[in-house]
Amino acid sequence: MIDTARSTDPVIVTRDLTKVYGDAGFTAVDHLNLEVQRGEIFGLLGPNGAGKTTTAGMLTTRVIPTSGSAIVAGVDVVKYPARAKQSIGVVSQVNTLDRALTVYENLYFHGRLFGIGATESRAIATSLLEQFQLSRWAKASVYALSGGMAQRLMVARAIFHNPEVLFLDEPTAGLDPQSRIALWEIMEELNAKGQTILLTTHYMEEADQLCDRVAIMDHGTLLALDTPENLKSSTGIDTIVTVKANGDLQELAQALMGVAGATSTRVTDKAVELQVSGGERLLARVIEATEQQGLHVQDINVAEPSLETVFIRLTGKELRD
Amino acid sequence: MTSTATPTHRSTWQASRTALWALLLRDVTVVRKDFKTFILRTLIQPFLLCFVFLYVFPKIGQSVGGSKAESGFATVLVAGVVGITIMFQGLQSVALQMAQEFGFTREIEDRVQAPCPIWLVALEKIISGTVQGMFSAAIVLPIAALVHARGVEAAIHIHWLILLTLLPLAGLAMGALGLVIGTSFEPRNIGLMFGFIVLPITFLGGTYYQWDRLAPVQVGGWHWLQTVVLLNPLLYVNEGMRAAFTNVPHIHLYVIYPVLVAFLGVFLALGLRNFSKRVLS
Repeated sequence: MIDTARSTDPVIVTRDLTKVYGDAGFTAVDHLNLEVQRGEIFGLLGPNGAGKTTTAGMLTTRVIPTSGSAIVAGVDVVKYPARAKQSIGVVSQVNTLDRALTVYENLYFHGRLFGIGATESRAIATSLLEQFQLSRWAKASVYALSGGMAQRLMVARAIFHNPEVLFLDEPTAGLDPQSRIALWEIMEELNAKGQTILLTTHYMEEADQLCDRVAIMDHGTLLALDTPENLKSSTGIDTIVTVKANGDLQELAQALMGVAGATSTRVTDKAVELQVSGGERLLARVIEATEQQGLHVQDINVAEPSLETVFIRLTGKELRD
Repeated sequence: MTSTATPTHRSTWQASRTALWALLLRDVTVVRKDFKTFILRTLIQPFLLCFVFLYVFPKIGQSVGGSKAESGFATVLVAGVVGITIMFQGLQSVALQMAQEFGFTREIEDRVQAPCPIWLVALEKIISGTVQGMFSAAIVLPIAALVHARGVEAAIHIHWLILLTLLPLAGLAMGALGLVIGTSFEPRNIGLMFGFIVLPITFLGGTYYQWDRLAPVQVGGWHWLQTVVLLNPLLYVNEGMRAAFTNVPHIHLYVIYPVLVAFLGVFLALGLRNFSKRVLS
C-alpha cells in the first residue's frame, strides 16, 4: 500500500535521462523518466548491468548524463552538482570510510564537511553512534569494523547532514543475512521518520520487503513501475507451484498446463514451475497430472508470486542470470 | 533522530568554503595523529644526505666539492636538501594519498560527495601538501645546518622576502606535480613513480650542484645537460632555495618565479583534468 500520508511532492524527477558510454556507444540508461515522491522508499530493481547504478550515479552527480535532465530536491544535478550535493546522502557499494580516522571522527568530519559547526557535529556524531549501535567502537579504527558495522557507519555518515534523499547502491550486497536484516530495519526506521530513500538492488526480497514503489529496469530502460503488490498482481498469477521430478520435464510442463487455472509453465534446471490463477484443489491436481505422466514427484513447493515472477514475465529471464 | 541539520541550500561558495576548511582540518588531524612518523619520514632523507656528504665524506677525506672547500658544497647542498624535502612532501601528501584513495581505500568516492565542486577536493590536497612542505622545510633547515663535520659549515644567509614567497610557490608547484602523478599512474603502479620520476628528478634537479656549474658538460660545444635539466621543475625549486638561503650564484629570480608559476599552471590544469576524469564518468 502506498502511504496515504505521503504527499505527491516529487523529490527526484528525471526526464529522458540517458547515459551512453564511450565510443562504443553502449547505452547504459535509455530515456529514463522517473518521479520519486518525498517520504517513500523507492527501489530500482534489475539484474547487473540493468543501468541501476548508472542511474544512481547520475542522480548523485558522479555520472554525467549524455542527455536528459534530473532534478533532485529541486536542484538540477547536471547544471549545479555542487549545490545538489548539499541535499543528498550517498552510501556506495564499496567501503569508502576514511581509514585514517576513527569511527567517531568519520562522522564528525562529515558534519564539518557539510558546514555543521564543531559543537553540533560532536553532538550529532555521538547520537548517531548510539542510534546505530556503534558507540563502543567510537575510538576504534574503521579497520576494526565488520562488514555490517562498516555499512551501518556509512549509512550514519550519509544521513548526518539530514539529506533530502538518501541513496543506497546495493546496500546489502555481500552482507551476511543477519546484517542485511539489521540494515533493512535501519532503513525502515529512517523512512518512518520521513527519510526519502532511493536504493538500487538486485535482491527481489529486498525490493519487495522494503520499497513503497519499485522500478524494474533492464538494459537501461524502465519496464514497470508500481508498488510491489500491484506489480505482483499485474501478473494475473496468484500461485506458483514448483514441481521437482525425474523424467522429461518438457512433457511434464505440457501435462501441467492441463491443470485447472494453469496460465503458464516454465522449465528450470530440475523442476517445472507452474503459474496458476485461481485453481482449486491445486496440489492434488498437480500430483495427479505428474503421476499420470509416469513421473514421481520428488519435491513440490507452493509459493505466491514474487517480484522475480514479475521480472520473468517482463523479460523472459531470471533476475539472477 | 538527529533532525537538527544543515541549513539546506547554502550558496555553493559558502558551502565550498566550509568544505575546504573541513578537509584541511581533517588532514591536520591525520598528520597530528601520526606526528612522529611524519617527522621521521621528513627528516630521514635530509639527515642521511647531510650525514654522508657533510660529515662522513670530510671525515674520510673523500671530497665532493671539487677544488673548492667542502663548505662550498655544504652551502649548495643545504638548499638542495630543503628543495627535495618540499618535492617529497608534495609527492607523499598528494600523489601517494591519491593513489591510495583511488585504489585501495576508495575514500575518494565519498570525498567527492562533499558539497563543493570536485576540483576543490583535489586543490585541497595540494594546499595541504604545500602546508606540510613548508613545515618540513622549516624543520629540515636546522638539520642541514647542524649535521656536518667541523669546519664544513653551510654559509646560510636567509633572504626573507624570497623565502616567504618562494616556499609556498614551490610547495604548490610540487603538490600540483603530485596531483599529476597521483592521477596519471594506475594506483597499483604507483611504486614505479619512484624509479621513473622521483629519481631522475632528484638527481637531475640541481640538488647536489648549481645549475651554472653544469656548463662544462657539453658535446660539440652544446651544453646539453645544462639545457636538458631546464625541463626539470625541481631545478627551479632548488635554485630558488639557493636564492632564499644562501649567497651562492643561482638562476636569476626573474626566471625562477615565472617558470615556477608556469609549471604550477600546467600541473594544475593537467592534474585537475585527470582528477575529474577519474572521478566522473
